[in-house]
Amino acid sequence: MTRLGQILPPAVIAAVGAWVAWISYTQQPADAFLFPRLISTVFVLLALWALGQAILGRARVEAGISWKALSNLAPGFLVLLVYVFWAAKSLGFYTATAIGFFLLLSLYDPGDHRAPRVWARRLAITAVFTLVMYGLFAQLLNVFTPREVLF
Amino acid sequence: MMEFLNHFGEVFSPVSFLLLLGGTIGGLILGATPGLSPTMAVALLIPFTFHLQPVQGLILLGAAYTSTVAGGAVSAILLKIPGAPANIATTLDGHTMAKQGQGARALQLSFLASAFGGIIGVMLLIFLTPVLAQWALAFGPSHLFWLAILGVTVIGTLDGSSVVKGLLSGCIGLWLATIGFDDILGAQRFVVHPALGGGVNIIAALIGLFAIPQVISMLAKGRQRQDVEVIAVQSHPIGAAIRELLQRTRALGIGTVTGSIVGLIPGIGGQIAGLVAYDQSKKFSTEPQKYGTGHSEGVIAAESANNAMVGPSLVPLLTLSIPGSPTAAVLLGGLLIHGIFPGSDLFDNHPEVAWTFINSMLIGQVLMLLFGLYIAGLAARVAMVPPSVMAAVVLGLAVFGAYSVQNSMGDVYVMAVLGIMMYVLERYGYSAAPLVLGLILGPIAEANFIQGSLIANATDGPVAYFLTGGLNIALICIVLASITYSIAMELRSRRRAREAVA
Repeated sequence: MTRLGQILPPAVIAAVGAWVAWISYTQQPADAFLFPRLISTVFVLLALWALGQAILGRARVEAGISWKALSNLAPGFLVLLVYVFWAAKSLGFYTATAIGFFLLLSLYDPGDHRAPRVWARRLAITAVFTLVMYGLFAQLLNVFTPREVLF
Repeated sequence: MMEFLNHFGEVFSPVSFLLLLGGTIGGLILGATPGLSPTMAVALLIPFTFHLQPVQGLILLGAAYTSTVAGGAVSAILLKIPGAPANIATTLDGHTMAKQGQGARALQLSFLASAFGGIIGVMLLIFLTPVLAQWALAFGPSHLFWLAILGVTVIGTLDGSSVVKGLLSGCIGLWLATIGFDDILGAQRFVVHPALGGGVNIIAALIGLFAIPQVISMLAKGRQRQDVEVIAVQSHPIGAAIRELLQRTRALGIGTVTGSIVGLIPGIGGQIAGLVAYDQSKKFSTEPQKYGTGHSEGVIAAESANNAMVGPSLVPLLTLSIPGSPTAAVLLGGLLIHGIFPGSDLFDNHPEVAWTFINSMLIGQVLMLLFGLYIAGLAARVAMVPPSVMAAVVLGLAVFGAYSVQNSMGDVYVMAVLGIMMYVLERYGYSAAPLVLGLILGPIAEANFIQGSLIANATDGPVAYFLTGGLNIALICIVLASITYSIAMELRSRRRAREAVA
């Protein structure tokens, strides 16, 4: 991993720590921020220590996220984001789950995309999973989820 | 001391027993599935307990905890893929035995050793917990504050590869716990989005922190085939396995004692228990050269240890609210959502909940032994589920589980954001366990810090109140000792790594 790759995560954490400390020491009422002040001070000190170690090259080198992992991840991550932050509420949980599940399965299943049998299996697994979720959450646990389209 | 006997009957009420049975069988299958750790399995199960009585919910979670640890041995032995980190040591001899056509013998010894270790571990839980719970009555706000800090510090320093990163993770968790409305003055703190108005929901956070990084990790591997082969299991007489276990009492004893001790120390998980027991058993064996070549003692030591760890890991949780392991931390979340607070209150005001839960773990060990042997083959097949299916299933369960906590999309967003954040942090050496501990113990630490400060202002001042007195000093010394020890270990491992390169 590059030096920049090692420095970036502790730098971001140090920036978050500094923001937490700034809020804790400036916001009112002060009594409500007594405990956050205590932990944010330790937070900032540790974050600066970690950042210093990374800058000096003394931090333990971790696996990080490779470009290959990122490229593998990108389509599935996009599905995850759209599913969680838009589709679940806008299309309804079960419709969004069925679509999201099928997309993830199709994107990452190593089966041959040209084989109709593979697509049929993916559809069957998606249908079974959606039905199980519907049975568990809607019927058994009576959880009311957003249902915008279909069910 | 024998009060637990009064509550044995409650385990056998139809609903409780069915949940115990379902949790045990489900846990064995989930445990065998690589990528589904006991912690994640318990976190994903918590939403299903909302609609149950507290004791029934805890029975389900306890059964899943116990049996996922044991179930992990199935894939470790038959596939050479540990179902959970706790089963790493089991692969060393277990898989070799399976390749030699001794798969059934390895599985039988593994479940027998697990059950023995597990029963001893739960007995320790039964006899130690009430004593410690009474002792905890003497604790004031300053002691409870330091205990919460101790919980975060110990797991932060012992869990990961870097002390600083472990402690930083704990700090992030403590900060996340302060988000939302302040309990005393009602002031908003760090609310950057309306979804955070009510604070970070613990269950949604637990699901996100344990399930989402696993989903992303599976996706990051791309389109991959499950190219592992399940080794066929030939029949083997169970009587012979029992006789063999009785002949290997040294390995069984070392495993059970090691697991029990490791379980009692907050922050050290089953992975350490299994590996330390394996190593110690090898050192004390008359045939150390056979370890690693398919020696049954290796399986017995590792499996008795990782299940003996389960019961004692709940002792600090049920008495002092300090979880002994990440899974115990998730269980604490399960207790709190049912309005049950660990400590003497649990045994004084909810004895039926506490004892029925503990008894169910005892009965669960027997069920695990009975069913484990029969469903090992099925569990190994489930372990072959492709990562693409597993990722999609876990994501779906995580979204539904987080939503069902309070029927709130805000919890789903919090779950997803924390999960994505945790994936990135894990890739850079930060661990989820201290963060979770910080998140769970944060409110306990803050409440006692504020209460202690009020007392201190009316008496001798904060320094005298928080930093003097025998128990305060003892707790501070343990915090400092765990940090010092971990730094020394880290420096030693770096020195060795440098010497190895040179």
